[in-house]
Amino acid sequence: MSSSDAGALSIPGPAGAARVSDRGSAGAPPAAAGARASRRRQLGARVIALGYLALLLLAPVAMIFYRTFEHGISPVINAATTPSATHAFWLSLEIVAIAVPLNTAFGIGMALLLERGRFWGKSILGVMIDLPFAISPVVVGLSLVLVYGKTGWLGDWLAEQGISVIFSVPGMVIATAVVSLPFVVRETMPVLRELGVDAEQAAETLGASPWQTFWRITLPGIRWGVVYGVVLTTARALGEFGAVSIVSGRIEEQTQTLPLFVQDRFENFDSTGAYTAAVVLALLALATLLAMNLLTRLTRRKTEA
Amino acid sequence: MAIEVDHVSKRFGDFVALENVSITVGDGALTALLGPSGSGKSTLLRIIAGLERPDSGEVVIGGEDVTQAPARTRGVGFVFQHYAPFKHMTVHDNVAFGLSVRKRPKDEIRGRVEELLGLVRLDGLAGRYPSQLSGGQLQRMALARALAVQPQVLLLDEPFGALDAQVRAELREWLRRLHEEIHVTTIFVTHDQEEAMEVAEQIVVMNRGRIEQAGAPRELYESPSNEFVMSFIGPVNRLGDAFVRPHDIQILAESDGTGTEALIERVVHLGFEVRVELKLHDGRELWAQVTREVANELELREGQILSVRLPAPRVFAS
Repeated sequence: MSSSDAGALSIPGPAGAARVSDRGSAGAPPAAAGARASRRRQLGARVIALGYLALLLLAPVAMIFYRTFEHGISPVINAATTPSATHAFWLSLEIVAIAVPLNTAFGIGMALLLERGRFWGKSILGVMIDLPFAISPVVVGLSLVLVYGKTGWLGDWLAEQGISVIFSVPGMVIATAVVSLPFVVRETMPVLRELGVDAEQAAETLGASPWQTFWRITLPGIRWGVVYGVVLTTARALGEFGAVSIVSGRIEEQTQTLPLFVQDRFENFDSTGAYTAAVVLALLALATLLAMNLLTRLTRRKTEA
Repeated sequence: MAIEVDHVSKRFGDFVALENVSITVGDGALTALLGPSGSGKSTLLRIIAGLERPDSGEVVIGGEDVTQAPARTRGVGFVFQHYAPFKHMTVHDNVAFGLSVRKRPKDEIRGRVEELLGLVRLDGLAGRYPSQLSGGQLQRMALARALAVQPQVLLLDEPFGALDAQVRAELREWLRRLHEEIHVTTIFVTHDQEEAMEVAEQIVVMNRGRIEQAGAPRELYESPSNEFVMSFIGPVNRLGDAFVRPHDIQILAESDGTGTEALIERVVHLGFEVRVELKLHDGRELWAQVTREVANELELREGQILSVRLPAPRVFAS
């Protein structure tokens, strides 16, 4: 941007301020009128923000809770303890338990590489990391089938080794890992940049090995970025539907995760089952957020008091 | 341990940071690397520490060629310009870091940390976090942390650069005394000639990736080997190709025919020192440094015309 552009952009500020005082001079003292106007604007902004949130998020979620517990607690307990519901619950947790640590380790490594490394093709790699966000999960699922499916590129060889990926848990883990891949990388990179290399170099001069430096200096320094990335990854992994739906084959009590179970119940007019599973999903996500919040507060109070 | 840097060169892309630099620092010496920004002084320090690799040349510490050795095996204590505190650790854990990565017993670590915090006058602050310390305290913590592993060599990058004037003066004095106490070979980087003169036993003057001159502060001041050193160390008047120190200009009470006529344009009182800005009869401008007594005795004031005697000016072959 040229400097004249910047000058043109700065004009609306002073002009806006002048307008406010013009209006003020009609009656009340300008300062008081200005303060009142800014308070009114603030209030307006808050109402709009809350209204938006309420319409898009709070009302639908509240409705789910309401409909779930509409007829009391016992139908909910019954719906939550059917074999297919509990199987879906544990399968979802299993996939999260594998995919999230994988993506965390990969994400931290990739963030270090992108932030600290100097190599050819770095910017291309940076763009590729974001691809899972750009591509529809359904496409991710389909492409995984093309590679790992029976007629797929690697599927043949894998089948000979007795490993089935598509229509079984490994494929679902892969699909989940792909769609939630960028979170840890993207949340960690800016924190890593802010941390700088001084502390790591100081550790090095004090005799720390690269491994000791990573565990004792780098990782604690970037932990908030990583934790936030992990929370987002977990939430995304728990809720993933499109990609997993395609690679899983959606076999009840075998490859049905919680989101797939919700849809299955919904399509079969078992609204209690669908709502109950939806509430369980929402509570899991909420628990993840709360856990992060608690963790953040506990340690932050210690280091930054 | 003595340090020898032998014909070291370093480039960053097109920028030549160091060109064929050689220095020798004696065992136990306190040396300053002095130069303007971009002169290569910090790069040289980082190469000695092993934080950068030279493109060519050798670094020898205590008779051992360490050019290819990683920083962690060099036995070098490094204090960073912005202290590089470990923000998530207490002062105690910061200072203990070097010992704890060496897996020393807990009791030994505790004792050593206590002793060091006493040495840098941070006793009682062991439980604090870096965010709760002032700049000067952080600086001393960084120093204690570097000293904890008993380095053979202590390297400080602009150690007082980020501190305010008073803390700065205090820490300089204190670093000097600390060095007398523990006698570890020390090199510090600074762009402040006064700081270098005050603290160091030996000064290496750097400019544009090269060494201009190395020697004792007095030697550099009294017999600078070139224009750069002359004008970088101590105040100077430039008269064409010649240089004159302001305190070498004599203001005469009465014209005796040997002086040059000059007009006083301004008199600035700086306490003990008085700065007299002069215009010579041929239009050349310079300033003279006199004591308060002399200024009072001669009743120097603006607009006065008097006679000054210039010393033999120094001229350097270019």
